[in-house]
Amino acid sequence: MSLTLEEVRHVAGLARLSLSAEEEALMRTQLSAILDAVAELSRVDTSKVEPTSHAAGEVPPWRSDEVRPSFPPEKALGNAPGKVGTSFAVPKIIE
Amino acid sequence: MELTELSMLALGEKLGSGEASSVEAVRASLDRIERLDGKVKAFLHVDRAGALVQAEAADRRRKDGRRAGPLDGVPVGLKDLFLTEGLPTTAGSRILEGFIAPYDGTVVKLLRAAGTPILGKLNMDEFAMGSSTENSAYFPTRNPWNLETSPGGSSGGSAAAVAARMVYGALGTDTGGSIRQPAALTGTVGLKPTYGRVSRFGVVAFASSLDQVGPMTRNVRDCAALLQAIAVPDPCDSTSAPLKAPDYLAEIEAGVKGMRLGLPREYLELPGMDAEVRAAVEGATRALERLGATLVPVSLPHTRYALATYYLVAPAEASSNLARYDGVRYGLRAGDVKNLLAMYGRTRDQGFGLEVKRRIMLGTYALSAGYYDAYYLKAQKVRTLIKQDFVEAFRSVDAVLAPTSPTPAFRIGEKVSDPLAMYLNDVFTLPCNLAGLPGLSLPCGFTRAGLPIGLQILGRPWDEARVLRIARAFEREHDFDRRSPPLGAG
Repeated sequence: MSLTLEEVRHVAGLARLSLSAEEEALMRTQLSAILDAVAELSRVDTSKVEPTSHAAGEVPPWRSDEVRPSFPPEKALGNAPGKVGTSFAVPKIIE
Repeated sequence: MELTELSMLALGEKLGSGEASSVEAVRASLDRIERLDGKVKAFLHVDRAGALVQAEAADRRRKDGRRAGPLDGVPVGLKDLFLTEGLPTTAGSRILEGFIAPYDGTVVKLLRAAGTPILGKLNMDEFAMGSSTENSAYFPTRNPWNLETSPGGSSGGSAAAVAARMVYGALGTDTGGSIRQPAALTGTVGLKPTYGRVSRFGVVAFASSLDQVGPMTRNVRDCAALLQAIAVPDPCDSTSAPLKAPDYLAEIEAGVKGMRLGLPREYLELPGMDAEVRAAVEGATRALERLGATLVPVSLPHTRYALATYYLVAPAEASSNLARYDGVRYGLRAGDVKNLLAMYGRTRDQGFGLEVKRRIMLGTYALSAGYYDAYYLKAQKVRTLIKQDFVEAFRSVDAVLAPTSPTPAFRIGEKVSDPLAMYLNDVFTLPCNLAGLPGLSLPCGFTRAGLPIGLQILGRPWDEARVLRIARAFEREHDFDRRSPPLGAG
């Protein structure tokens, strides 16, 4: 199947990727080819098959909910591109 | 004999007896890295000072009679997606350039407890997406057996460093073959454990229902020893199974007599399969037969759909996992933006490479309204069928034998512009991840051009011990683990 440029832009918006015009064109071609290749799955009869979301196949283990020290804010902020006090700083959201 | 020629366990013995010191072993590795890594380009970061401090501590433990175990003092390298406190962790991406890990992930803590000095961080395809290490945002790694070729990927830096004897062992991660395929292409041993065997806490995530951490070593015994050190249940990872690992080295020499080993018809019939790889793998299966195993034909009919299934499931999970790289809390932030939405979009466009963007786009599409059922849900259902194929096969066999990669190492640049051709590298390794099984690759021959070939052994869930035992039975009868790449003195 062939994706339209509008579809590529819509998906890039959902993925929060500001693609350049060249990237949009390349994605359109390459994603269309990949979607063609994966379309072979439609030939498999899965009408009576349950989906597998996890390889473990077992119920995840339980553990007790114990109080432990949190990750210290200074360390959590150690790689912050912008910070104010003990908060991450970002461009203004609401004027 | 130079220290760097020793296996992890052989070096560990010398350290235990006092014949050599950990500081000497670290210095030998650092010298070798200095001499060779300009050509191989396996390291993104070498931690000289830190490794020497850890080596001194290991030497003190020995003197005090407090040796931590058989690997105490044996230097290792880490794929650059293991969070290691105070060291850079880039995941091979520009978006994490300059990121300094604020804590140790669980496997790093376990390595520290085992006493292995950490020599540095090893190159990889960006966010582990790739099969050649060419998707690293920094530089491609080269295969020590032929510097014009790729060491495979995504753990290509780890595999190349082990093959070139710059590290004694390494850790990698495997989402669709990223430990086993580079192990095959570099003549080393790589194991992807059962999903849930090793903690992923503090490991940069790619596709969470598939990712698994594993050892990359020069031989099978080292592989068992390194697995032993990291196969520990972890309350910080909800997928870490609360199972105590058996003693992997205890039964590794017991041989294959009486074992039933499956040969999946579909694997050797693949179009594009290299003739020399096929011949070497068939030769290896006959060698195991001579050692007392019975070869049993099995069928894994849904193998042909594994590639398509994987390339929907993994990108879908990746698109969700990589949403965290938004320029807010760590990593790159695009400058000169007016609002938050522009900051997200520009940061991600500038920080991610093309393959990562491609997979985020594909995954976002497969999860988006109107396409979820046709793509993502469909792939999850086919995944069930792939898993059931193995359940069925393991009713009649103890393990399955297959090639690791359809070809030996390929030239750098050869497949980089064609994503679908690159994806075919993983055709034999993907089913194991989709089914959550343990899988190991070990060298089983060389091409006429001198490139290594890998044999893959797939086991039942939690049955790493038997996989290692089969691998060891083969290795013991051959000398592939003792061959070194022709790098010269550099």
